[in-house]
Amino acid sequence: MSAFDNVTAARANNRPTAIDYITRIFGDSFIELHGDRRFADDKAVIGGIAELNGKPVTVIALEKGRNLKERVDRNFGSAHPEGYRKALRLMKQAEKFHRPVLCFVDTSGAYCGIGAEERGQGQAIAENLMEMMTLKTPILSVFIGEGGSGGALALAVADEVWMLENAIYSVISPEGCASILWKDSTKTAEASECLKLTSKDLFKLGVIERIIREPKTVDSVVFESFKTLIGQTFEKLEASDTETLLNKRYNRFRKY
Amino acid sequence: MNTSDIFNFLKPKNELEKQEDTSTVQNQPFIPNELWVKCPVCKKAVLSSDLNDNKKVCPNCSYHFRIAARQRLEITVDEGSFEEFDAEMTSTNIIDFPDYTRKLKNARLNSGENESVITGKARIGGCETVIAVMNSQFMMGSMGTVTGEKITRAFEYATKQELPVIVFTVSGGARMQEGILSLMQMAKTSGAVKRHSDAGLLYITVLTDPTTGGVTASFAMEGDIILSEPKALIGFAGPRVIEQTIRQKLPKDFQSAEFLLEKGFVDKVVPRSEMKETLTKLLILHGSIPEKEDKEEKEGDEQ
Repeated sequence: MSAFDNVTAARANNRPTAIDYITRIFGDSFIELHGDRRFADDKAVIGGIAELNGKPVTVIALEKGRNLKERVDRNFGSAHPEGYRKALRLMKQAEKFHRPVLCFVDTSGAYCGIGAEERGQGQAIAENLMEMMTLKTPILSVFIGEGGSGGALALAVADEVWMLENAIYSVISPEGCASILWKDSTKTAEASECLKLTSKDLFKLGVIERIIREPKTVDSVVFESFKTLIGQTFEKLEASDTETLLNKRYNRFRKY
Repeated sequence: MNTSDIFNFLKPKNELEKQEDTSTVQNQPFIPNELWVKCPVCKKAVLSSDLNDNKKVCPNCSYHFRIAARQRLEITVDEGSFEEFDAEMTSTNIIDFPDYTRKLKNARLNSGENESVITGKARIGGCETVIAVMNSQFMMGSMGTVTGEKITRAFEYATKQELPVIVFTVSGGARMQEGILSLMQMAKTSGAVKRHSDAGLLYITVLTDPTTGGVTASFAMEGDIILSEPKALIGFAGPRVIEQTIRQKLPKDFQSAEFLLEKGFVDKVVPRSEMKETLTKLLILHGSIPEKEDKEEKEGDEQ
């Protein structure tokens, strides 16, 4: 599979989205919570509390939508500042009630528009990066599809970052890269190779801890082992004291 | 010049870019070397030397020209007080990105600097502070791993020494040529800013034209106090990207410093001529004690 095939797979319309992961892993236990308490509820970000092995966990996800109607409704998974602020509000809540945070990332990037700029897209992302770095509870981020730049990183300053086999994570879209580099946005295949955005490349670069097997459909049994893995990881992270956890998180990003 | 050089001009641009020849770049100064400079706003001709004496601000219409990092330091910190950190640190082509090695070489030649940021320790109005100044002449101030490392080290030093930090930002964003590792600098620098902040120390950012992308979405927007130069372009997405996304023209002055002030994302727009004084006041208000360099002057004031 070439890097560009990987990009295509990560963006495929029939790929399970965050809602599928939440439903398969947490079943009926998930209670969705809305709004950033400042401006609005951003539907590109889903957040709430669920139960994992009898223990509460805060779940935050970038959701692209599963059909055209949902995609339009969720702005194709491109969050506005209020989406990132909702995410941060729920993370702070998780910290207060000592429950771990699980993030699912699937976005082509933070939204680029007038409203997003007026309400401080850059500031919202920056605040998340800063606050997540010292959030006193374990954070695990899983890239399930696209991981577009700062808009993805704003949910990925975590103790561990995992990627689905065919997920991608990049500083810029291959199209954007091609148009800057060759003034030709159709050279996406070449750009995809250059950017080192596949899970294998990123594992080699030490940017992620784990590559997760792809569930091909929403009925896949892969979700079961994935759930087990998440539970084990939180148990491991919760075993260390807060100072150690935060020092490790700082050094995880300090090394780049 | 041999004949092959002439034919190079007939080739597509990307072919030209692949070449190692940097002679043309060397001869292109960032600031026009001519005697006269035309102001892009009021269109009036300004004597180059007058412009320099006026801190690169147009004497007719107050347009703030972009300014090189060294000159910025010169007009901001007390004379002779600057001690540079990590001056020799410089980027390499870490993910073997096409053409990056040549671009780095050109950036070094163009700017006379090793990276897109200069960091160090200095005194401003007698107050000791750590300072970082980004450089638009070096790959448009893009943030690569070395940029992030220098800024992180500056913050870590300031935290240890209990010093404030002042950062002048100018950046097109994360440096695409370093792939995901440039994105990681956003998290790395933010971590260092947070530790500095948690230690109760002051961080002032000064946004200058332009500050966009990954720098806006990290340390540029993390200051306790965020100042900006007049009319600076500040945003997350660049105006062209937004216009392409929403398929409409943007309103005039959208993403200007004044626009951000109105929307509540900038504390104060400060003209270049008042910047040093403003920074000094803020440092003193946060507990810095100015060290008088010239004792005679002090005594003279008292008489």
